[in-house]
Amino acid sequence: MMPEIGHFALIIAFCLTLMLTTVPAWGAWRGNAVAMALAPTLAVGILVFVTISFGCLVSAFLQDDFSVALVASHSNTLLPPIYKFAAVWGNHEGSLMLWALILALWTAAVALFSPQLPLLVLSRVLSVMGAIGVGFLSFSLVTSNPFARLLPNTPIEGGDLNPLLQDPGLIIHPPLLYMGYVGFSVAFAFAIAALLGGRLDASWARWSRPWTNIAWGFLSLGIMLGSWWAYYELGWGGWWFWDPVENASFMPWLAGTALIHSLAATDKRGLFKSWTVLLAIFAFSLSLLGTFLVRSGVLTSVHAFATDPARGMFILVFLALVVGGSLTLYAFRAPAVSSRVTFAWASRESLLLVNNVIFLVATLTVLFGTLFPLIVDGLGMGKVSVGPPYFNAVFVPLMALLVPFMGIGPVSRWKRDDVARWRSELVIPAVAAVVCGFTFPLLHAPYNIWVALAVLLSAWLVLGLAQDVWRRLRSASSTARGLRRLTPGYCGMLIAHLGFAACITGIVATSQYSVERDLKMSPGATQELAGYEFRFVEVAQVRGPNFIADEARFEVSRDGVVVANMAPQKRRYLATGSVMTEAAIDPGLFRDIYVAMGEPIGSDGAWAMRLHYKPLVRWMWLGAIFMAVGAFTSVLDKRYRRQRDTVHAGNGEALHGT
Amino acid sequence: MHPVRKQRLYLVLFVALFSSVAVGLVLYALRGNINLFYPPADVVSGKAPLGQSIRVGGMVEKGSVQRAEDSLEVSFMLTDYQASVPVVYIGILPDLFGEEQGAVASGVLTGDGVLQATEILAKHDENYMPPEVAYALENSGYDKKGKTK
Repeated sequence: MMPEIGHFALIIAFCLTLMLTTVPAWGAWRGNAVAMALAPTLAVGILVFVTISFGCLVSAFLQDDFSVALVASHSNTLLPPIYKFAAVWGNHEGSLMLWALILALWTAAVALFSPQLPLLVLSRVLSVMGAIGVGFLSFSLVTSNPFARLLPNTPIEGGDLNPLLQDPGLIIHPPLLYMGYVGFSVAFAFAIAALLGGRLDASWARWSRPWTNIAWGFLSLGIMLGSWWAYYELGWGGWWFWDPVENASFMPWLAGTALIHSLAATDKRGLFKSWTVLLAIFAFSLSLLGTFLVRSGVLTSVHAFATDPARGMFILVFLALVVGGSLTLYAFRAPAVSSRVTFAWASRESLLLVNNVIFLVATLTVLFGTLFPLIVDGLGMGKVSVGPPYFNAVFVPLMALLVPFMGIGPVSRWKRDDVARWRSELVIPAVAAVVCGFTFPLLHAPYNIWVALAVLLSAWLVLGLAQDVWRRLRSASSTARGLRRLTPGYCGMLIAHLGFAACITGIVATSQYSVERDLKMSPGATQELAGYEFRFVEVAQVRGPNFIADEARFEVSRDGVVVANMAPQKRRYLATGSVMTEAAIDPGLFRDIYVAMGEPIGSDGAWAMRLHYKPLVRWMWLGAIFMAVGAFTSVLDKRYRRQRDTVHAGNGEALHGT
Repeated sequence: MHPVRKQRLYLVLFVALFSSVAVGLVLYALRGNINLFYPPADVVSGKAPLGQSIRVGGMVEKGSVQRAEDSLEVSFMLTDYQASVPVVYIGILPDLFGEEQGAVASGVLTGDGVLQATEILAKHDENYMPPEVAYALENSGYDKKGKTK
């Protein structure tokens, strides 16, 4: 009965999204306040029904209701309850339900937390979000119904959740990633609403900015978790593969980074208006493209679920409608003449422009590399793949080019600044950064020029920020007052930029310094790696809730002192018989030690072993967490609330209804 | 020239210069880093280039996987049931690698027709087949069990 209730609730939610798309939009067009005032209620209604539907699906998984096809093929009675719960989104249909749920959450959040937004704008924004909801709920209902039954041939036992996905990372990675993906729909909806209204002023930037920052923060966390999960779960110690699906989440992040920076210029200075709208459309389109790439299975990827051309076609059509429709609207409505606001060369605006150009080019090169195999295949010129070397060769120089400008950004002033002032402000950070770049890599032999360069760039960022904070504190009458004067918006920028510096250092150091060795080891043997001595003690059989495993036990010591006991496993899952490597990691702020098992070799009990030493690998994930925290902090800024009030008061045509 | 127009001109010049640098980087990076895919039948009939990085995909032939006693070297045959390519790989194979399963090997073809693989990709769940393997099998007219369609 529960699955039918869930299906029914999903259909009701779909009807509500249809209403949300049409009624408030009609109201906004006709100036009918009653129709417009319906929008927030509808948004909450959608959330309620999608939640009911999702809850029914969750309960089917938790109760092992194998009459539901989805549960039968992706869950199992032996599965620990928490993974039964996570199994809900470890498959195509369920992950779409999660998409729908999060979209409903964002829509309701916009409806509930925007009391200051003029009703006219709010109803347009919610209408656009409703239209996106129509697309995804109909996709779910038409092509991938999660509640399809297996009657009367109900299996007694289910298949199993792919063992790779039986991991705490999977419980939170997809929800966070989707919060980011779907969150860009809010920025998109605000942009479309502004185009529909024909009033492209700075206020819409101020309204959509906090939403965009939150979405970007979640996306950063989601990508970071995905990378971390790949690192410890896939068992070969890599943390980024430039896999098409990683790129699919990375492209919206890159476009989103450009967007949050150009929104800053639009918000504060009323600049780059049309450009920002275009970026908002672009960022959300890339989110949809990502969904298409993942769901259609057109690309070889570790994320592809079973392929179904009908689903791919559906998303492709939806994507074409969204991109085509919004670009057409943009062509008609975007202001033809650019703003009269001007800025000098040496100004924060110019630096933000550099940011935008670099991030946009980075997005396009990643997009090109990701779609190139599809284009070549489509032209019938064979099947090619574009590997990590391409992405590294293109992406790394772009980021290196970005950082020198990024260091100036925080100290620069809006509108007109002075190069001489920059020079006097930044000469100390520059010298200190060069010193850091030379000395820090000396701590780790052999000296590495790339690490030196990365430290130089990161130090340039960090010291520039430190200099700016110092200047602000110095100009205040007391340090406490100076600290209080730092707005959440400024602190958010500070934290996020520090995170970026940590990321650069971590990525370059771990790429350059890592020592990785695959070798044959017998129990009792020892192996030296990067100053650590790995002693292979024994192999034992262990049993988990739904698997049996060979567990290798290692004692790792340095200079005769034991630093870690590690126990990597080779698991065989009982339901499907599939084999999986569980790596053992000894984490640390400055280095990780990583051991994973290969397969048994020969007849004397030896195993293929993978031993890694990875310095500073945690720094990039910490950096990503910093970026997210920075984004969330910036939202606390009072200006968003206060400015909304003033805009509201000054907006004569605003209608009151909430 | 009007200062605003001058600024705009510089802006356009900057963007154009920057984009051409980016395009240059992309073309340079693409030249060395794309791998063409060949079904085993094409490799055996000599259509694949020697000494250049390529990918070959197919099913791992039953009974063909041989591990060395004293190193991580492993050899096996990749087949599309029309022809088979011997592959040699030194390292740890992915978990889902197995006989009568789909796999894609990337590496360099040597003069004696052996693929010296640097990377092996296997399918990652029970139902999923790498698209390239599916393509190779489709060309050969066999299904994944080796029966003619």
